[in-house]
Amino acid sequence: MDTYTILRHFADSWFLLLMTCFFVGAVAFAFRPGARKVHEDVANIPLRNDDFPAGKGD
Amino acid sequence: MLPAAKLIVLGAIGFLAALTANLTPDTAMSVHGIIVAAVALGLFLRELRRVGEPVPATPAGYMDDVIRAGVIATAFWGIVGFLAGVYIAFQLAFPALNLDLPWTSFGRLRPLHTSAVIFAFGGNALICTSFYVVQRTSAARLWGGNLAWFVFWGYQLFIVLAATGYVLGVTQAKEYAEPEWYVDLWLTVVWVAYLAVFLGTILKRKEPHIYVANWFYLSFIVTVAMLHIVNNLAIPVSVFGVKSYSLFAGVQDALTQWWYGHNAVGFFLTAGFLGMMYYFVPKQAERPVYSYKLSIIHFWALIFLYIWAGPHHLHYTALPEWAQTLGMVFSIMLWMPSWGGMINGLMTLSGAWDKLRTDPVIRMMVASIAFYGMSTFEGPMMSIKAVNSLSHYTDWTIGHVHSGALGWNGLITFGALYFLVPRLWNRPGLYSVRAVSWHFWLATIGIVLYAASMWVSGITQGLMWREYDSLGFLVNSFADTVAVLHPYYVIRGLGGVLYLAGGVIMAWNLWMTVRAQRPVAAATVAAE
Repeated sequence: MDTYTILRHFADSWFLLLMTCFFVGAVAFAFRPGARKVHEDVANIPLRNDDFPAGKGD
Repeated sequence: MLPAAKLIVLGAIGFLAALTANLTPDTAMSVHGIIVAAVALGLFLRELRRVGEPVPATPAGYMDDVIRAGVIATAFWGIVGFLAGVYIAFQLAFPALNLDLPWTSFGRLRPLHTSAVIFAFGGNALICTSFYVVQRTSAARLWGGNLAWFVFWGYQLFIVLAATGYVLGVTQAKEYAEPEWYVDLWLTVVWVAYLAVFLGTILKRKEPHIYVANWFYLSFIVTVAMLHIVNNLAIPVSVFGVKSYSLFAGVQDALTQWWYGHNAVGFFLTAGFLGMMYYFVPKQAERPVYSYKLSIIHFWALIFLYIWAGPHHLHYTALPEWAQTLGMVFSIMLWMPSWGGMINGLMTLSGAWDKLRTDPVIRMMVASIAFYGMSTFEGPMMSIKAVNSLSHYTDWTIGHVHSGALGWNGLITFGALYFLVPRLWNRPGLYSVRAVSWHFWLATIGIVLYAASMWVSGITQGLMWREYDSLGFLVNSFADTVAVLHPYYVIRGLGGVLYLAGGVIMAWNLWMTVRAQRPVAAATVAAE
């Protein structure tokens, strides 16, 4: 088999499966128990440390 | 780097550039050689005068001076790019404006316009806002010291080399990737430095988590690096000549180009600017983003889908049918993350909608997100093969691009500049809020004129091209369609004038914000 056919076959099967699983996993991870508290904290990052790096001022 | 090593490197670059300027048969490369030699010589003298001087200690605060330079560059290149756009818009309506000179012909000024707005205006906006955002959301100073300055000036040098090259007739004939091989190599060096500064800052962050805006910025930096390198794989004819040949041929070259081209839209003009949205909209609204979960899903869905959408630029070409369909299907699937992101941005204002009435800056950001929603609805629709058979190669495409670029990218950048300038220069607020309102309305009406005239002219053009008589002959010659489109081209030009006028008002307002007002407290000035 030539390289094109091998790569095409691989892309259509295993790599597609891998990418789909990664995507579904990433989305599922966002809904894990306890994520709400973490997300609330992270969402507020832009609202602190405006003028100076962490540790001094706010 | 050691001062001696610096001097040797700068001297070598200056010498080689001067040598190239002398040996090359191409005028453009000669000009570029002189520019590079002059820059290297200037830096060499600057370094020489500094030998033996004590190295100043790194200040403790955020590194904001490079961001201030970036803000100025963004506003400057914005005006230049809009002006070039207005000029070439009127060239299409009145061809006499080509002036019968090679340097001012539409074919050379058009890439000048697109590169000035996308890479000079948009690129500087992305670099300076990403430096601002990554420092604040990591609670850490930029990594790499003066490397950030290298990124800034290196990028400006890239812009100057690209722009002078276009005017002198250098192009590798790839849309949005026109610069030739040696300018591409230089951009690669600058981009790797940019990645290092950004990633270095993230790695030394004091916050345990990486805020979502940084995910978008990082995906933009990494993907653009990949796109730039692959699409510009080429063999130069000679080291002393501008001409190079692409490594790919035929349909492979076309697909590589549009894989690059569409992902330049997807990651430069979308992911990068979404990074801006996810920081500056919450800041200006003074509340966190509507749903952080949605922003995570937005991110993963966007990057997983966008990368496959490129083939929709090659419908009904020699590209295999399956690849065309794949591009179309992924483009349509993009509706979901795009609208998810739009809803997330707009709903960040929930509970603060009254700000729309009082704060023209947030109004600008909201209009920008609305344009993001509209152009990401229009784009997938145009990628459907049946629609594309009417819309492709017509002005509809140009209208679509501009509703995205002027509406989404332009307005969110203006919003970010209005947010940044008073903070970066430590001023109490903007000089004139009314001028922001003026800018908002001029820009919005300008975009409406632009998009509406291009819809009408694009559909007219598409219908005229495909009109057959009863014997199967085409009814209209190409010149017939051009004559019909004249009024729409004038309206489009006027829309551009309004948008440019808004940009000039912004530049004046930002200038006066810094010049006509005194700094507020002295406490933070010391850190600057």
